[in-house]
Amino acid sequence: MKKAKKKTGAKTRTSGKVIPPLAPRTYLLNRHQAVALSCAVFAVAMVGAAYAAVPLYNWFCRTTGFGGTPLVAEEAPSAPISRKITVRFDGNVAGGLPWTFGPDQSSVTINIGQTTLFHYTAKSFSRTETEGIASYNVSPPEAAGYFNKLQCFCFTNQKLGPGEKMDMPVVFFVDPAIDKDPQFRSLDTITLSYTFFPARKPANSVSAVEGNKLR
Amino acid sequence: MANAAAHAEHHNPTGIRRWLFSTNHKDIGTLYLIEAIFAGVLGGLFSAAMRAELAEPGVQFFHSAHAFNAVATAHGVIMIFFMIMPALIGGFGNWFVPLMIGAPDMAFPRMNNVSYWFLVAALILLVVSMFVPGDAEGTGFAGGWTIYPPLSSKAGQPGPAMDCVIFALHLAGASSILGAINFITTILNMRAPGMTLHKMPLFVWSILVTAFLLLLALPVLAGAITMLLTDRNFGTTFFDPQGGGDPLLFQHLFWFFGHPEVYILVLPAFGVISQVISTFSKKPVFGYLGMAYAMVAIDAIGFVVWAHHMYTVGMSFPAQAYFMVATMVIAVPTGIKVFSWIATMWGGSIEFRTPMLWAIGFIFLFTIGGVTGVVISNAGVDRSLHDTYYVIAHFHYTMSLGATFGIFCAWYYWFPKMTGYSYSEFLGKLHFWLTFIGVNLVFFPQHFLGLSGMPRRIVDYPDAFAGWNMVSSIGAAISTVGMFVFLYTIAEAFMRKRRAADNPWGVGATTLEWTVSSPPPFHTFETLPRIK
Repeated sequence: MKKAKKKTGAKTRTSGKVIPPLAPRTYLLNRHQAVALSCAVFAVAMVGAAYAAVPLYNWFCRTTGFGGTPLVAEEAPSAPISRKITVRFDGNVAGGLPWTFGPDQSSVTINIGQTTLFHYTAKSFSRTETEGIASYNVSPPEAAGYFNKLQCFCFTNQKLGPGEKMDMPVVFFVDPAIDKDPQFRSLDTITLSYTFFPARKPANSVSAVEGNKLR
Repeated sequence: MANAAAHAEHHNPTGIRRWLFSTNHKDIGTLYLIEAIFAGVLGGLFSAAMRAELAEPGVQFFHSAHAFNAVATAHGVIMIFFMIMPALIGGFGNWFVPLMIGAPDMAFPRMNNVSYWFLVAALILLVVSMFVPGDAEGTGFAGGWTIYPPLSSKAGQPGPAMDCVIFALHLAGASSILGAINFITTILNMRAPGMTLHKMPLFVWSILVTAFLLLLALPVLAGAITMLLTDRNFGTTFFDPQGGGDPLLFQHLFWFFGHPEVYILVLPAFGVISQVISTFSKKPVFGYLGMAYAMVAIDAIGFVVWAHHMYTVGMSFPAQAYFMVATMVIAVPTGIKVFSWIATMWGGSIEFRTPMLWAIGFIFLFTIGGVTGVVISNAGVDRSLHDTYYVIAHFHYTMSLGATFGIFCAWYYWFPKMTGYSYSEFLGKLHFWLTFIGVNLVFFPQHFLGLSGMPRRIVDYPDAFAGWNMVSSIGAAISTVGMFVFLYTIAEAFMRKRRAADNPWGVGATTLEWTVSSPPPFHTFETLPRIK
């Protein structure tokens, strides 16, 4: 600071004329406002990130099978392997939906990689038309990454007329890659569970629509 | 002449102008401290009531389990958001950050005022929530400070009490975010010439790091509770599986805020302890840069360990293993701090004045809390200790005994500076010993209760747990007496009016606040000090 002053002083003397002071630079924001504004933008972005967690969490679970979300596959695997696995089935209905719902058999034993067709049955005991949607989960949750569904009634809303009974098929396979995962060396049973909830009217809630779409 | 009078009035406002419209960092700091003392007494009485109930098996003191849980919830929320945070950040932060960096005031004095009154409004909302219907069982929200859905959803708590709690947290959060922005701007832009970041006192460092934590963590809580609010009132289903939501998402969002929050509570106390230990050992703090960057490291790691609060939700093994290791890593920077404090005392000419007692008490108790933290960071151990009194004992050793000892340490260290009066050294030490013995009696036996499986948040317990619960309740009675001694210490100091010196602590007190008078003039550092 002092040095700079001396220098200008010297310059003034040699050139013989007074250098006009620099016009103060104008900024859109002063120093305080700039820091405060960046902090505020950051805070707002963190609120946005909290909301972004909803679709991100959904996407993450669907792609990795995290937390027991079974994967949706487009095509069947090439060939089944000789290792056998038992798939147990569970079905239940949440409060508010006048249905009975359950698997036709409690379990099947299949070869890993074999594409399998399985049936659930739902029956309404309501006097009016009712609509439900199923959510699903796999146990143990870590195995969900290997449990693939090719066809399922759970992707869309299901409508049942008064007293109507409906057959609900599921087509699935267990990915042969599970055989190479050391975590599942001794795994011999996977449980697939469905819960039917009353479907919300699409106009009723934005998130319900989003929920259906995500399935 | 008239002009000069108006000028003087502008600079030294009185009455409502001074206290309601206050823009002076010292006055706002005082207001925060008064609020914190009020909230601390309220929350302290709540905990005394809970210990009275838990002294013996059976339900004697509260008329229902709901009332007990509502009081337990209010105790948690009040102590976290309305006692520890306002005392350390709002109170001592406002008072001493500008003084320690040689700034005339905070960067945004008016915003500082807004922060404070938001907090008061939030406290009022929270108290109101206790008197409006929660669920069918009674008034107040009884779902714990973690407000997990579905217990906090419309299904669990249909009444407006939960909505009041949500709005209280919104306001308290907004208050803290504005405060954090203010601190960051002040510390980055308004340091006196020569006061580089690496010359700042560690208390200022701790407030800077805390402000960044607040800025990152609180908006996530705000987002989560806004989702909860719209779930409750506007038919969204963020946390409702019926509409494709997931209650687990709330826990992730909550603990992404909640874990850094515990560092928000304790980091400013770390800063205070560093100042006090150095002052009363008459030595500069050992490993200054290590101390500063240990806080930055705790800040950074604190954001990637949140799921250790959720080991029992059904996480995969690899996820549990990761969160376990990451959590244990935090013990490293924390260890750096503890050992540096001890190294600061090593070979120092130590004077056991009241603040020093609190500081050493802090190190001792916080270390115990830290050690039990490492124990329960093990996913396997946590499986059996989750939601037991062991967890209660652990976090009270870090918060109730750690952060609160930091607050009292700061109080006795800076009281002569803030008021200009000396307190009675005898009463200060009596307060310390009553509190130290009391809280240890309260919380140490809770480790045993937790290890034998006593679950938290329940009004009653089997007879087998009776003995240690009685010990714990006796401890609570002792520390409640300590609380009244604290209030008497303040009253005594104000009645006796013993003048305090500008620097009552001698050569060890080297920071800038000791260069101004006690109490400091209304405006300080109108000409900036130069730091060599």
